[in-house]
Amino acid sequence: MTGHRVQLDEGADPSGFRLAVRRLLAAAVPPDEVAWTIGRGSDLFGSDLPEEAPPVPLPRALHQLVEPVVCHSDPERYALLYTLTWRVRHGEPALLQDPSDPLVHRLERMRKAIRRDVHKMHAFLRFRRTEDPNGAERFVAWFEPEHHILDAAAPFFVDRFRSMAWSILTPSGSRHWDGRSLLRGPPATRADAPEGDAFEAGWRGYYESVFNPARVNPGVMRGEMPKKYWRNMPEAQAIPHLIRSAPARVRDMLEQEAAMPAKRNPDKAVASMFDQEPRTLEELNRIIAASEPLVPGATRAVLGEGPIGAAIALVGEQPGDQEDLQGHPFVGPAGQLLDQVMTEAAVDRGRVYITNAVKHFKFEQRGKRRIHQKPTAGEVKHYRWWLMRELDFVRPELTVALGVTALLALAGKALPIGKNRGEMMFEDRPGFVTVHPSYLLRLPDEAAKRQAYDAYLADFRRMRRMVERIEAASA
Amino acid sequence: MGATLDEKLKAKLRILADAAKYDASCASSGAPKRSGGMTGLGSTTGAGICHAYTPDGRCVSLLKILLTNYCLFDCAYCVNRRSSNVRRARFTVDEVVKLTIEFYKRNYIEGLFLSSGIIRSPDHTMEEMMRVAKALRRDHGFAGYIHLKTIPEASPWLIEQAGLWADRLSINLELPSQRSLKRLAPEKDGTTIRTAMGQMRERIAEAREEKRRFSPAGQSTQVIVGADDTTDEAVLQSSAGLYERYDLKRVYYSAFSPIPEPSRVLPVKPPPMQRESRLYQADWLLRHYGFTVAEIAAGGEGGMLDLGIDPKLAWALKNRDRFPVDVNTGERELLLRVPGLGARAVDRIIQARRHRRLRLEDVARLSSGLRRARPFLIAADHRPVRLTDRLDLRRLVTSPVPQQMSLFA
Repeated sequence: MTGHRVQLDEGADPSGFRLAVRRLLAAAVPPDEVAWTIGRGSDLFGSDLPEEAPPVPLPRALHQLVEPVVCHSDPERYALLYTLTWRVRHGEPALLQDPSDPLVHRLERMRKAIRRDVHKMHAFLRFRRTEDPNGAERFVAWFEPEHHILDAAAPFFVDRFRSMAWSILTPSGSRHWDGRSLLRGPPATRADAPEGDAFEAGWRGYYESVFNPARVNPGVMRGEMPKKYWRNMPEAQAIPHLIRSAPARVRDMLEQEAAMPAKRNPDKAVASMFDQEPRTLEELNRIIAASEPLVPGATRAVLGEGPIGAAIALVGEQPGDQEDLQGHPFVGPAGQLLDQVMTEAAVDRGRVYITNAVKHFKFEQRGKRRIHQKPTAGEVKHYRWWLMRELDFVRPELTVALGVTALLALAGKALPIGKNRGEMMFEDRPGFVTVHPSYLLRLPDEAAKRQAYDAYLADFRRMRRMVERIEAASA
Repeated sequence: MGATLDEKLKAKLRILADAAKYDASCASSGAPKRSGGMTGLGSTTGAGICHAYTPDGRCVSLLKILLTNYCLFDCAYCVNRRSSNVRRARFTVDEVVKLTIEFYKRNYIEGLFLSSGIIRSPDHTMEEMMRVAKALRRDHGFAGYIHLKTIPEASPWLIEQAGLWADRLSINLELPSQRSLKRLAPEKDGTTIRTAMGQMRERIAEAREEKRRFSPAGQSTQVIVGADDTTDEAVLQSSAGLYERYDLKRVYYSAFSPIPEPSRVLPVKPPPMQRESRLYQADWLLRHYGFTVAEIAAGGEGGMLDLGIDPKLAWALKNRDRFPVDVNTGERELLLRVPGLGARAVDRIIQARRHRRLRLEDVARLSSGLRRARPFLIAADHRPVRLTDRLDLRRLVTSPVPQQMSLFA
């Protein structure tokens, strides 16, 4: 055996390994002629290998295996990886697709061990808060991973604690995050880490309280949280006592007689608890006004206006820019058009209730302008609960859907206006379907506007007659 | 935000964590991947992380607490029912926010699981819970996991708002039948609960369709087992219905556990813990292995699962004519029915057999459950024709590992 000795860096040395593989493959050195050692500097001894060698095309799956496995603490890791690479290059290109091959299986298990160690570091690392002389806070953790995983595990902490300053200290190196960049630091000792943290006692108390003594099962715990991690986890100090005291606690519980409740029978409180429905329109409006908007952009709720027992309830889509600013429905151009058509149709404006299907102005800010956004079907359905309650309180004789969104809210499903214009029942409410006034405002030419206005006027006249009919019938 | 935790808050935390520990749902998975970015705090990875394990073998993933353990309800199985004499406490919204943020910064938890006893009114309680989630997200840029246990009696608009801030909303069914609910939870109404679940399903589906944020990790529920006489089969039947009708992500089973201050209508003895894990195994077969409730139940006796062996093995022992299955030729559906072979092992077997005829030792490298699987499998070097007929098969696959098997360990 000619013999080549490859020396790689301590810890994980993926680039040293890759370079060595290139040079070994270029010289066609079989795996059993390489001795892999770990120490300072990457070098090849006892050989006449080329200094530079071209990159070798290898399957992606192989790269994906090398990356984690070089982090493993097993001194054989490089030899195993090189053997695998050699076999892939010499007649077994699909080797990695056979998980039952003993070498593939062993390396897979090493990969799994790395994944597990990284996962355990994400889970079991505990930060302690420190303050520098200027009062700036930094969170510092001491952790002892089983493998060389510091770099593999660090991105998770950067992602999660990006706005915090923190340090992770381990026996093989440290990483420091200042909110912007991750710095590499030297190995540390446990004494370099802070002693304790003001929240640790509270955390331990929490941990003790979530433990159920009636289910004690320390085997499962140890399987998932091996003892080697315990000494750096503040809550783990409670474990021996929790296990020791569990049987007595359960005995106490089982022996405890059911006691008579100290409280008097709170039937009244329970009954009143179920009685939380708003009882008046004012109560409902208070709830709506206090609720978070369910559409983006909105600043305040615009509530319905008009008398209880109105002849007609007009339901529009949602408040617009003007309505949102003034807090009243239909105060913009569309509202003025409505006023005009109602006057001409001889609809008594004092007996009309005006509201919207969606109570908030949904908009997108573009520069200084607030651009109206159509509410989605889900948003309309959510607001429907409020609309239906509102109409229950108002009890109009006729409920009018102005436009497709109002129709969706009142009918509970999406329907086209064209086919449904005119009378329609909304569940057991007499209703009427017509266009939204802003539709008329958007028409391009005067002739079309005139025609649409006439049709709109005719709609409102029909509404008036419907109300008269309904009132006559109930009189 | 103070850097310390005063004694009063520490004491409250103990009471309100103790009060929440009987809720089994604590998973932190299923949220969309996200991160709080430069100014916010926290991230979700999709998979969830268990940050510690307690000696009962359960994990601590979330800060699982009640907002308050005062409650107007009087559910017999619940330690917080109004007639119980336990110590009571109540967090403010700010206190919950502070605990969540500070615990999170120290990497103790993945986020918050917040439930509550019902005080004043369902709406009042729900609103407070919603305010916690809102404050975390909006005022602290918190991107960690939030699970709210909703109050089914609360108004739909409040639940809608809660869904804007939470990753998961859930409603506890608590008891598998209307009859038990009536007896053990007199103020709860099964219809209300199911209606709320139905609404939740609809909202989640709508939001998904509209690419709007609403409880993105779905909804789940909890059923308490062993506080009444419902059989395992009936429990699973109920779960199958819940998965189908309400598109639940998970049904959690919580074996009724002795509680301090027990109610008189409860059984004195708790059910065996094993029952809970058998139900989880059965639930898994239901969701991922194509089993029906009837098939699973047929593996046990009188509607109860066999506590001694897992439900897949129990089914296999009663359906020996379906075995052995050849690892080198058997279809995926058949291999999935082999005791000891999980879905991942089956996939690996199917991948590996494209490259070689599998022998038993190959299978051992692909699955950790070979000992149980062996009598039900044919491999290139193994044909257990007589084995599955042996009367002592049950003992054979469940007894301690025989010496020669260590070869495959």
